[in-house]
Amino acid sequence: MQFGILVNEGPYNHQASDSAYLFARAAIEKGHTVPRIFFYHDGVNNSTRMAEPPQDDRNITTRWSKLAEEHGIDLVVCVAAALRRGMKDELLAPGFRISGLGQLVEMGIQYDRLVTFGD
Amino acid sequence: MSDMDMEDDGSGIVKKFMFLNRKAPHGTVYALEGLEVVLITAAFDQDVSLVFTDDGVYQLMKGIDTKGIEVKDFSKTYRALEGYDIEKLYVDRSSMEARGLSEEDLIVDVNVLSDDEMKNLMAEQDVVISF
Repeated sequence: MQFGILVNEGPYNHQASDSAYLFARAAIEKGHTVPRIFFYHDGVNNSTRMAEPPQDDRNITTRWSKLAEEHGIDLVVCVAAALRRGMKDELLAPGFRISGLGQLVEMGIQYDRLVTFGD
Repeated sequence: MSDMDMEDDGSGIVKKFMFLNRKAPHGTVYALEGLEVVLITAAFDQDVSLVFTDDGVYQLMKGIDTKGIEVKDFSKTYRALEGYDIEKLYVDRSSMEARGLSEEDLIVDVNVLSDDEMKNLMAEQDVVISF
């Protein structure tokens, strides 16, 4: 089954992006595919390569980048939500790209399931 | 709007998209940014339904004035939805009544649904996105 994932909350402040990551990993381990993950609202803050969490904490952004590289996942950050929050191309971690909301709608149209993680 | 009418993912597939609006219009950005997704989905010629439930019913309340909190009042957008061919607006009756509101307090015409009717409508959808 093809899963699209929508992440609506920023990292660390809220569990949503952790849950989304664990769900994506579990789905892939079970043989499903996750072609694209879309980041909206404060979720766009998952994409910043400027974050430096303490050594003993997980690094949510690099974890996304690694998952994307290993499984060819398209990590899409909403342009309008990103600009509103100061997220720019030059701040993106590897594997992320900025694009429009149409990419989210496409996930709903093309994939078997769209799963939202948020408040 | 003409640009948005051009949107097409090339598949020709039309799915039933339901947007669940659960949050008050102000206090968080969910309602405002959620509305953006609704408009884009309509531009992709999808079958769009909007549901207002929990504090989301406040999004449609008459007489919203945001001057005091210095944020944009986007409530006019709900009145313009018809222009985007978004005509399926539903309000959860128990949420509305729990907040002391009735249909006369709302800025647009809606279908008020019971819990059972809402459950059935949700079951018919292909995609449910909740804000």
